[in-house]
Amino acid sequence: MSGAGLHADRIAQPAKLPGRGALLRIGLEALAWLAWVAAYFAFPDYLPLLSGIAIAALFALSLDILVGFAGVVTLGHAAFFGLGAYSAGILAQQGWGEPLSGLVLAALLAALLGVVTAPLVLRGGDLAGLMVTLGLGLMLYEAANKAHAITGGADGLQGVEMWPVLGLWRFDLFGRTAYLYSLAVLFLLFLLARLIMSAPFGLGLRAIKGNARRAPALGVPVKRRLIAAYVLAAAYAGVAGALLAQTTQFVSLDALGFQRSAEGLLMLVLGGLGSLYGAILGAVAFTLAHHLLSEMSPQFWQFWIGVALVALPLIGRGGLMGLLRRAVRLP
Amino acid sequence: MMVTRRALLAASGAALAAPALAQGEAAKVGLILPMSGPFASTGRQIEAAVRTFLRMSGESHGGKKLEIVLRDDTGVAPDVTRRLAQELVVRERVRFLAGFGLTPLAFAAAPVATEAKVPMVVMAAATSVIVQRSPFILRTSFTLPQATMPIAEWAAKNGVKSAATLVTDYAPGLDAERAFKERFTAQGGQVPLELRTPLRNPDYAPFLQRVRDARPEALFIFVPSGEGAALMKQFAERGLREAGIRLIGTGDVVDDDILNDMGDAALGVVTSHHYSAAHDSAENRAFREAYGQVASNARPNFMAVGGFDGMRLIAEGLKKAEGNLDGERLLAAMKGQSWMSPRGQITIDANTRDIVQDIHIRRVERRDGQLWNVEFDRVPQVRDPGT
Amino acid sequence: MVTVLIDGVASGMLLFVLACGLSVTLGLMNFVNLAHGAFGMAGGYVCAVLLNRYGVPFVPALLAAAVFAAAVGVALERTLYVRLYGRDHLDQVLFSIGLVFVASATVDWLMGARQQLIQLPAWLSGRVEWAGIGIGRYRLFLILVCGAIAAALHLGLVRTRFGARLRAAVDDGVVARGLGIPVNRIFAVTFALGSGLAGLGGALGVEVLGLDPAFPLKWLVHVLIVVAVGGANTILGPFLAALLLGVVDVAGKYWVPQLGAFAIYTAMVLLLLARPQGLLAKAAAR
Repeated sequence: MSGAGLHADRIAQPAKLPGRGALLRIGLEALAWLAWVAAYFAFPDYLPLLSGIAIAALFALSLDILVGFAGVVTLGHAAFFGLGAYSAGILAQQGWGEPLSGLVLAALLAALLGVVTAPLVLRGGDLAGLMVTLGLGLMLYEAANKAHAITGGADGLQGVEMWPVLGLWRFDLFGRTAYLYSLAVLFLLFLLARLIMSAPFGLGLRAIKGNARRAPALGVPVKRRLIAAYVLAAAYAGVAGALLAQTTQFVSLDALGFQRSAEGLLMLVLGGLGSLYGAILGAVAFTLAHHLLSEMSPQFWQFWIGVALVALPLIGRGGLMGLLRRAVRLP
Repeated sequence: MMVTRRALLAASGAALAAPALAQGEAAKVGLILPMSGPFASTGRQIEAAVRTFLRMSGESHGGKKLEIVLRDDTGVAPDVTRRLAQELVVRERVRFLAGFGLTPLAFAAAPVATEAKVPMVVMAAATSVIVQRSPFILRTSFTLPQATMPIAEWAAKNGVKSAATLVTDYAPGLDAERAFKERFTAQGGQVPLELRTPLRNPDYAPFLQRVRDARPEALFIFVPSGEGAALMKQFAERGLREAGIRLIGTGDVVDDDILNDMGDAALGVVTSHHYSAAHDSAENRAFREAYGQVASNARPNFMAVGGFDGMRLIAEGLKKAEGNLDGERLLAAMKGQSWMSPRGQITIDANTRDIVQDIHIRRVERRDGQLWNVEFDRVPQVRDPGT
Repeated sequence: MVTVLIDGVASGMLLFVLACGLSVTLGLMNFVNLAHGAFGMAGGYVCAVLLNRYGVPFVPALLAAAVFAAAVGVALERTLYVRLYGRDHLDQVLFSIGLVFVASATVDWLMGARQQLIQLPAWLSGRVEWAGIGIGRYRLFLILVCGAIAAALHLGLVRTRFGARLRAAVDDGVVARGLGIPVNRIFAVTFALGSGLAGLGGALGVEVLGLDPAFPLKWLVHVLIVVAVGGANTILGPFLAALLLGVVDVAGKYWVPQLGAFAIYTAMVLLLLARPQGLLAKAAAR
């Protein structure tokens, strides 16, 4: 197993076709985002589910930054998600229920944890780094479990009461505010990520993922760049966790759990790495499938999602985005 | 924007209340249970009990037809339960929420019940403080302090001077640990060792070894429904019985659902609980028979009776409210109900909305080749002492 | 105290048998097979069914479990796994997790979600008193059997021709092929062996680790820890790692029960930080 990151498959690049190709691309992207807005009107009874999908998409996005662009695989990313969730939750529980400041706090604390743990994770080879992320994630889970007094332990954090967003929009039973709020945050952070990844910072990351030994020759400071990506991904995950805490007014240990980390990674790989849209697509597909199949037969959604996960890599590379690309034949 | 939102909320509130005026309609019950995951046995038992009730008493009550909408809470994620509760209330227009296999799940759903003004019947979860989370919560299961106090007193009165405690580390377990210590020490007993095992992936071996080395006269145990088998096995294997340590606990550890598979290791274990499948009454016999028909000759356990009585409470509420589906009317009708359940006489307290019931002291004995919790003493109409 | 140590050693050895297959698969085929635990689960269920429903004696049931798991391993390897060799590791992760889901759901449907309980034969039940220390018979049995397996594997790897070829293929597959070593066939045989051992581990573990449809994911973390800490290229490495982790886990829970599972995760992280290539692994050039 080589240097930084396990085998890179295809390094996704934004299309730089002139004229019609670019227009088509922008058109498709605009359509995708409009679909999210349309969903608000088309499915007014499903808004809690849709907010859940938006939050999962943001989490998968954060993983894409780390895994898809920087090539650092992690099984403990839920640590940042959970930390963000508990930060925002405890802040509200202690009396400060303003949503946006909760997001900021979550991002800061998660980034801090990222700064502290990044050197540990980036030391050593791939498998060791992977296991360290796993170990750290599990340790944080156990610590949260034991710290009953702060986190509520296995019973969850109680008494999270949120103030209206920007003082105007109350979090209602139908999940309307929750959805639009989560969607707005997702969109803004997506744009930011897009910007960063198209900038020299992101291109440097791609260089590192492609061949970490050659990257310094291009003037890319490998270690520093990776740590920066790691911290950015951590902050994003923290915001996603805070969104969950604020929209459901409840935080429990599973926000930190291994299952959440694993599901995030699955969504990302399902959707396709390194394109940001893949993360969102994967989150949508996975969560929708989970919801629909669970409703049909509570016990056997696991079977069919398993079949899908087995079939997808056998069919081709790049997950769902790869499938889409081959279908639409975009470069 | 704010005005529009308020108007929308008001309109939807009216929309939710509107069906109260329509007649001959279905009264939907949103049933959220663990149908998959580690606590699936609870979900299975309660779902079968709900069907048993409908079979025995029919679907029509108070002029409305009871319709069950079942949802799987998929294990331990409370945000799933919260979303399910929201969907059931908003989309399916359920008039009642019911089920709730674990305390954190009930906690997560409580605000939904309060905001939507829908009575929420807790059929399984057993932490004291649950009923305080929402004025719309009623409970037909039990609470750990309620079930623990009698065994603590029995042990003290029957010559046990020192008892270690071993509970699962979550709210009901902590309730049990506290209640036992309070009662037992009040009677002059000592608790030399208090251990807690994790809720997920528990490994009882090292804890039981520690108990063995501490050599108390008895070990008080609380674990969630279904975990008793693994624990009993370890208890036997570690030789705690040979070391002279008696096993006592709440009835969860000798859950009727798995008692028969435990083998002779379970014989003689004394526990206190609100329901034993061996309870000797006409109501219980009828219940067991009907349950056996619905659930392929399985034995009902305390989870099942919680589900059965939960449905009875809903049906009686509907009858008393004369088919009016308004949430607050139904809640008022359900408070204070009292009837003879398969477990004994029970009452839903009109103030606390919590259940008041007899707690029986039982011993595991072999009868007709099967293991049963045979009741030999009773503490009548025990209330939860409150937090 | 000694009892606790023996428990830890027994747990550790069991974990080793479960994990060694994955260690070799990862090291040899460079395939991230997270479905390894599913083979353990298959073996466990076969053993439980044979014992409970058909009254088959214990040792034959164990062997049947191992054979069944190996057979399933061969079948899956030849049909599905082979298509994903050399692919991106994350695709392999996706695939193997999918397999776990399918396996768990199938088992849930066939056998239900409850814990499977077996009754050990009389000669394995109860305790043995030795110099005033109580030792569980089954724990003793585990230590002896797993120890024997570990020894056999080590000798097999070091002393036989197959072992030599295997080590060559692990060190450098291209050169090995150049020497005429049938690397693909070695893959298949090793995978079968690894799965069979996992099945045996699962069957042995029903009594100690529990058995339900969540088994593969429940123990995946422990297995990964053994492989990562022990290094993927040797037998001795995972063996020592498994022992260490088994003892730390049990001892931690005994002496400081408030810490719970914290002990083993902390130990793992510290060990990995100290020796990122594994306890005994040589720096492999790839």
